[in-house]
Amino acid sequence: MRKHMTSFIQSFGLARLIILGFFLFLCASAIMFKLDFAELLSSSLVRIGMNGVLVLAMVPAISSGIGPNFGVSLGILTGLVGALIAIELRLNGYMAFVGAILFSLPFAAIVGYGYGWLLNRVKGSEMMLATFVGFSAVSVMKIGWLLLPFKSPEMAWPIGRGVRVTIALDNRQLSQLLNNTWSFNIGSVVIPTGLLLFFLLCCGAVWLFMRSKTGAAMYAAGDNPRFAEAAGINVDKHRMIGTMVSTILGAVGIIVYAQGFGFLQLYEGPMFMPFVAVAAILIGGASVKRASIAHVLIGTFLFQAILVVAMPVANVFTADMASMAEISRIIIQNGIIIYALTQTGGE
Amino acid sequence: MKTETTAKLRFDFKKAGRQFLTNNAVTIMFVVLSVAGFQMSGMNETLYLSDIISRISRNSFLVLSLIIPVLAGMGLNFSIVLGAMAAQTVIIFVSHWGITGFPGILLCILLATPLAAGLGYLTGKLFNKTKGQEMITGLILGFFAAGWYQFFFLQIVGSKLLPMDNPVLVLGAGVGIRTTVDLSNGLKYGLDNVFRLPLTTVVISVCVLGLGYQIFRFLKSSRARADLVRLAGGGVLTLMPVVWAIVVMSGTTLVKNIQVPMGTWLAILGLCGFIAFFSKTKIGQDMRSVGQDRHVAAVSGIQVDQVRVTAIVLSTVLASWGHIIFLQNMGAFSTYGSHEQVGLYSIAAILIGGATVTKATIGQALLGVFLFHTLFIVSPAAGRELFGDAQIGEYFRVFVAYGVIGATLALHAWKHLMQSRQRLEEL
Repeated sequence: MRKHMTSFIQSFGLARLIILGFFLFLCASAIMFKLDFAELLSSSLVRIGMNGVLVLAMVPAISSGIGPNFGVSLGILTGLVGALIAIELRLNGYMAFVGAILFSLPFAAIVGYGYGWLLNRVKGSEMMLATFVGFSAVSVMKIGWLLLPFKSPEMAWPIGRGVRVTIALDNRQLSQLLNNTWSFNIGSVVIPTGLLLFFLLCCGAVWLFMRSKTGAAMYAAGDNPRFAEAAGINVDKHRMIGTMVSTILGAVGIIVYAQGFGFLQLYEGPMFMPFVAVAAILIGGASVKRASIAHVLIGTFLFQAILVVAMPVANVFTADMASMAEISRIIIQNGIIIYALTQTGGE
Repeated sequence: MKTETTAKLRFDFKKAGRQFLTNNAVTIMFVVLSVAGFQMSGMNETLYLSDIISRISRNSFLVLSLIIPVLAGMGLNFSIVLGAMAAQTVIIFVSHWGITGFPGILLCILLATPLAAGLGYLTGKLFNKTKGQEMITGLILGFFAAGWYQFFFLQIVGSKLLPMDNPVLVLGAGVGIRTTVDLSNGLKYGLDNVFRLPLTTVVISVCVLGLGYQIFRFLKSSRARADLVRLAGGGVLTLMPVVWAIVVMSGTTLVKNIQVPMGTWLAILGLCGFIAFFSKTKIGQDMRSVGQDRHVAAVSGIQVDQVRVTAIVLSTVLASWGHIIFLQNMGAFSTYGSHEQVGLYSIAAILIGGATVTKATIGQALLGVFLFHTLFIVSPAAGRELFGDAQIGEYFRVFVAYGVIGATLALHAWKHLMQSRQRLEEL
């Protein structure tokens, strides 16, 4: 029995066990303090739908062998550029949403191609490099946001140059667009049907892609590069495809996120977003070498639900609830990444 | 025959020049950037000089603390952030107890050492589990530790667990430390003010000491003609700053009022001496062999894991001292933000000086601090002159910090990959 337990803990991972325990503790406290469960569940569902696509972007990256995509901020930046173009053209509602995705696609594909090329030259240190490519890109785009010729009064500063730090999506009927599509209530729980449907659609698309011929080759290239090379698979090419798909999903992901949030966050905004997505998929059970759609679903749910429930529970314990919720996010997020590194670290 | 040798000589010269350029590309680029930025910013030289001197004395110790882990082959130690957190923790408590000035600084160093050593030990243990990925682990570990740091200072300090009755430090609600801690009536300049000398005096005495050393070496050497030429050249080179200093002293510019905080500079000098000495000791040599090849080192009987932990402990402790020096010069710090940038900016500085993931020297660290901070000082003004917007210059210097780390890592990883591929082909 005891042996059974230890082997279970090892396969599940101590860090995940702690996080799951923390989640259960939060839920128990929420019940004890008679917090509004329906509201908590509703906002968990929204946050899952909002963050899901960004987490999904990790699957092709990890599968193709470049590891968790700490540089998904490149995709996020191209998504933001696409959204800005859609606003500049005064698109509305669904047109704006689809337009933003379509405009961002070419940028995301080009950037993803270059990024994949770079990652092929630094095999073995992809994670570190991806992080700093992401950081550099975000800081270069801070200059970009100041210099890009966007003129629409919705986003340009009235005086001076450049676009605002946050841009409201209300005026373009883009705010909460998917959240409100076909949404309905079960009891007092709001189901954001459109949002969840879009997320599951993306999951389905990636699932299908991973089972296509290209996807299978990509998986092989990531799983065992030498073996794949011997079997006649072009490893470098398939790593690049994985990186491109991941970057494109990042672009789509930020647009979904922004419509749920109601604002585009530029400048410092995308800096640490990749870490949230990486942590989510790792919590779901992925490692830096293996990831599946199931990991995305479990991880996003667990991580976002913790964040949603932690806030009101912390409110009961301490006066400073906002910082307590933020602190638990920082500790969980970076703790799980360190844990995953120790699992595959060493040579 | 003769033409052939001259041709060969010229060729070698060219090759050497090219090698010099490729090996020092980053540093040369930043020298050009700094000079151009300085020209464009139209900055006053007095302002620049006094600013750069205080920045060099503030930051050098921290940057030097990065060298030892590089020696041990562990790359750039992003976890010096933990040392910085240890320093801030100690400073907050010493400020609370009301101990000021130089004794306060000594107490800080005394208390920060065991704390940083403990953190460094744990970090080292962690790095031994993630060999080959130390840098990303260190970076994430910094974020992770920042979470606990925030938990401690926002939720624990001032609560029933650890009461702290100090309205200056603690937030209005009674729990948690304020977002900025002001040291101006306490530890500020605790080390800097031990004694100060005018810049001109320092320049002259350094040059005189340098010249004296050169003469001493000449007298001890075989007194060949080549040595005499070198001595004369060195003499002329050292005379130039002396002439500059004398001109300044007799002139009316404000440059002659610039003071050098000697306490801090002596600490930096001491650390340089320690690192030079340390790399020649037994443990330093062990570190070098671990850095070159872990497996070979293990076979020759070196306790690899232990050596690696020692390197990180030393680096973390030195970083905590360095951050104490940094903060006593700044005079105030942001409780939840000051430590965040320490790793980034220190590492960017040493890389700009020409260091790589596998090689870092004292000279590179000091040159890097000088270039990096020059760029930091002139960028906003240069941005305003160039684009009519100082903000662009500010964003540019942050980009430089991230970009130079990214570029050096990429170059290093690429070279490493090429070498291992070549080795495979040779086999």
